[in-house]
Amino acid sequence: MASLITCPHCGVRPKEEFAIRGDASLVRPAPTASDEAWHDYVYVRTNPRGRTLEHWQHVAGCRRFLVVERDTFTHDVHSVTDGAAFARENGR
Amino acid sequence: MRYSAFSIVKNALSGNLKWKPQWRQAEPKSHYDVIIVGGGGHGLATAYYLAKEFGVKNVAVLEKGYLGSGNVGRNTTIVRSNYMLPGNEPFYEFSMKLWEGLERELNYNVMLSQRGVIMLYHNDGQRDAYIRRGNAMWMEGVAAELIERDQLKKMIPFLNYDHARYPILGGLLQRRAGTARHDAVAWGYARGADRHGVDIIEHCEVTAIRRENGVVSGVETTKGFIGCGKLALAAAGNSSRVSEMADLKLPIESHVLQAFVTEGLKPCIDHVIVYGGGHFYISQSDKGGLVFGAEIDGYTSYAQRGNLATAEHVMEEGVTMIPGLSRVRVLRSWAGVMDMSMDGSPIIDRTPIDNLYLNCGWCYGGFKATPASGYCFAHLIAKNDTHPVARFLRLDRFARGYAVDEAGAGPQPNLH
Ligand SMILES: Cc1cc2nc3c(=O)[nH]c(=O)nc-3n(C[C@H](O)[C@H](O)[C@H](O)COP(=O)(O)OP(=O)(O)OC[C@H]3O[C@@H](n4cnc5c(N)ncnc54)[C@H](O)[C@@H]3O)c2cc1C
Ligand SMILES: [Zn+2]
Repeated sequence: MASLITCPHCGVRPKEEFAIRGDASLVRPAPTASDEAWHDYVYVRTNPRGRTLEHWQHVAGCRRFLVVERDTFTHDVHSVTDGAAFARENGR
Repeated sequence: MRYSAFSIVKNALSGNLKWKPQWRQAEPKSHYDVIIVGGGGHGLATAYYLAKEFGVKNVAVLEKGYLGSGNVGRNTTIVRSNYMLPGNEPFYEFSMKLWEGLERELNYNVMLSQRGVIMLYHNDGQRDAYIRRGNAMWMEGVAAELIERDQLKKMIPFLNYDHARYPILGGLLQRRAGTARHDAVAWGYARGADRHGVDIIEHCEVTAIRRENGVVSGVETTKGFIGCGKLALAAAGNSSRVSEMADLKLPIESHVLQAFVTEGLKPCIDHVIVYGGGHFYISQSDKGGLVFGAEIDGYTSYAQRGNLATAEHVMEEGVTMIPGLSRVRVLRSWAGVMDMSMDGSPIIDRTPIDNLYLNCGWCYGGFKATPASGYCFAHLIAKNDTHPVARFLRLDRFARGYAVDEAGAGPQPNLH
């Protein structure tokens, strides 16, 4: 895993400053969605070998939630976006 | 060839040139009754018990690398049955009992060493939790002992008892627990399965699962198409990838776990010691090296290598518990890909596809489970029915609201 993450707010920081929340490609279902939809959201993962989107929180910095795009096999980090900006861009 | 004192003497006299390979280098047949994907401990044990206990002899194990190249050859070899939840404890105790008879069963020295596993506590709350866990073990008929500080000091004098933040107040001991030689477990099961007619096919990667009329008809591999009556997945860290070949998504994330070994020392650590302030654990191998590790790195990964910051963290935990460790040199470190499940417990079950069977979710604790996992998975495949001790380890347990969550951490794999 890359040792440095470039936070859009704080700059280049060691990855130990971040807490990893998990898969950011999942979209939260509507409160009234079926049990199956909620089950898939909470428990089921694509778990790709390759590019993935993850929520990382900069707990020892700005405390913003970020979306980190990285490769689970090469460990390259491709992009880091602010969580709110990512949600807007993706119409969530 | 049966191994015995006599066979050692006989072979020594002929210059040790007449030992036979422990299993055949089989080439794939066109069809098997059962194909098992993954030649780790679980796949090999499954094949062994299928052939030996359940009379299913036309079986192949397909392994993409060499035998033992996965987690079975990368783990820190701890075997124990000191779980708390009723969904887990009978299963792991069944495994422990199989371990206790395994060398005789396989005619193979797996170097089971019941040296005792002790888990330390550092405050009153943890002590209460361990008493509760010990009582839960007793209720399943498994002996557990609470060792208080004075007694522990006599047993293990070199711990940092008076650490300011994590003073050591005692520990929960399972005396029957310990370690086993990981490679020997893979080799022993492979040899046993081979002797019962199982084909073990190495360097044969499954690349696709072929389905006809809604059921599996066989697998595409790097050695061509191989047909099967039933397909059983035991691919550990790669479970999501092989399941995806059958359009199945799992409650699994793959994470990386590291381990370390030091230079060889004279015997100094007699038990497996588990730190309660973190996840650090340590034991001494028969060669003298101190084998240790701690928590997973925390990010999803399919790379069999970890991050240096985690290595540093592990060492710090170790030195906090045993200050003398700071004088020891680390020889090697390595890592494996863990199939972390959503509740930290494994899955041995059927799937929505009738003749496809699933074994995964072993997290960082599947080595100890190897015998029971193989036995229960073979039982399921042969009889299409769950073995009683594995009845809580179902794939649909999350949907039904029956997660088996020892840590109480919720559906967050990097916290289990
Ligand atoms: C560092 C470390 C320490 C650990 N410590 C302990 C411990 O102290 N105690 C404990 O109980 N557990 C421990 N574990 C966990 C334990 O090692 C695993 O849970 C267990 O080995 C998993 O089962 P297995 O042996 O079948 O896996 P593996 O040996 O990984 O077997 C799976 C096999 O499937 C093969 N495969 C994958 N995809 C394909 C494909 N497409 N085609 C063909 N073959 C394929 C892989 O090559 C691999 O050989 C540890 C693990 C690690 C990495
Ligand atoms: Zn920041």
